Amino acid sequence: MTDTLPLMATRRRFLIGAAGLAGGMALVTMLPGRTAATPASMQAAVKAVAGDAPMNKGRIKIELPPLVENGNAVPLGIKVESPMTDAGHVKAIHVFTEKNPQPNVVSFQLGPRAGTANISTRMRLADTQVVLAIAEMSDGSFWRDEVEVVVTMAACLEES
Amino acid sequence: MIAWMPVWRIVAAAAIVCATYPAIAEIPMSERKSGYEFMGPDSRAMQDEDTANPGMLSVLDGEALWKRKAGAAGKSCADCHSDARTSMKGVAARYPAFSPAVNRPVNLEQRINMCRTDRQQAKPFPYESKDLLSLATFVGRQSRGQPISVADDENTRPFIDNGRAAFTRRQGQLNLSCAQCHDDNWSGRLAGSPITQAQPTGYPIYRLEWQSVGSLQRRLRNCLTGLRAESPALGAPQLVDLELYLMWRARGMPMETPAVRP
Amino acid sequence: MTARALINVPPKAKRGEIIGIKSLISHEMETGFRPDATGQPIPRNIIKEFVCTYNGVEVFRAEFFPAMSANPFVSFTTVANESGTITMTWTGDNGFFATESVAITVE
Repeated sequence: MTDTLPLMATRRRFLIGAAGLAGGMALVTMLPGRTAATPASMQAAVKAVAGDAPMNKGRIKIELPPLVENGNAVPLGIKVESPMTDAGHVKAIHVFTEKNPQPNVVSFQLGPRAGTANISTRMRLADTQVVLAIAEMSDGSFWRDEVEVVVTMAACLEES
Repeated sequence: MIAWMPVWRIVAAAAIVCATYPAIAEIPMSERKSGYEFMGPDSRAMQDEDTANPGMLSVLDGEALWKRKAGAAGKSCADCHSDARTSMKGVAARYPAFSPAVNRPVNLEQRINMCRTDRQQAKPFPYESKDLLSLATFVGRQSRGQPISVADDENTRPFIDNGRAAFTRRQGQLNLSCAQCHDDNWSGRLAGSPITQAQPTGYPIYRLEWQSVGSLQRRLRNCLTGLRAESPALGAPQLVDLELYLMWRARGMPMETPAVRP
Repeated sequence: MTARALINVPPKAKRGEIIGIKSLISHEMETGFRPDATGQPIPRNIIKEFVCTYNGVEVFRAEFFPAMSANPFVSFTTVANESGTITMTWTGDNGFFATESVAITVE
């Protein structure tokens, strides 16, 4: 499984070109001269919310479909393990991507009144890429999870 | 978006689709499947729950329009048809329907516009406008779960046959017919997406690709663009005939409006 | 045209129960990164902020970026601690503002 992702990407690109019925490559059409988010700009966005705090692995879990049917509306679930009490709760959750036009996706602020840190939403994914989520706890610790998502292209698009 | 594609790729595409499969006939009734069944669990969940289905926002818009007075006659849809939950139940499942006034089938959007001009004495809504789609989605919603039942009689049969001829005719630069994908190869995939049976059970649909609701005719034009074929204008008789054939082909299948599709 | 919103909150709950809240609102969420047919950028037009209050107390807040899908959907939870009103507001570019409220009975 380890070496299949790059292969799939290559094969997919061929099929998109070859099939002809898939009208457009880019789900998020970029303007010339604009820079897309990069792993580096994602790290900068993370630093903007977490500073230099150490990132722990665990406690937060991203749920994304293994294969995305359309990058315009990707169901995203976030769950964080926390008692959600005054003494110990999730203060904020931040979601980032590597290859969208900008790294930030959404930030949530919550607390004990939320009862759980269990959130669902829908996001855009311009391409197969990594999605990163960070939870900020009331004790000042930060926790992270990341997932690579494969985005398939819709067949039969508009004329453009 | 399309012009950059080298010719060899188009040729390769035609070869991939055509090479290995002998043509087979229409899909047996027992094997018909809605596009819903080709979707993953997340997209199905989006359709199934009203608060998660963005098509329901159009239903709400349509409900407001249903009650709003319009035109020189100062009438709303509700003034004639009262409660859509009863008066419109099953109606969208019967469209396109034969209209004696124009001596040919009209689709639901055209029927709504005939009401606009004849009864309300108002300007017709443009095709694919938010208002027309909202009303069609609201009316379609009242048929959810109802079996598709377009008329198959001496009035409609010539038009069903026209639609079938269009469905099976090779066209466009790719020289493909609708049937080659949607009758013969519906269990396959194209560019990573499942090839469906083209059963129009949930129109107007909320298509994730469009990020909005759209009509069956918009979807048909997307397919024709994919074939590199000329698309008739929205509302063109050829597209209505194709709609009618597709609805006839899906006869008995339950309506899902507003469906969600990738 | 006013924005349409659909929200789902259980009308009744037991005191201390964790309830699910779902919200969906009509908005194109134009990213600001897309060109129009002439190549000119289409200006950004997004909802930037979503806030949920429970009897006036904020229980959940979200900051949206252009990577949020059109017609934004958010589901989350809150603790039903008293009867009253749950209110959601959305604010965004070009003076966009929408609000929806529902009553909840807590026993």
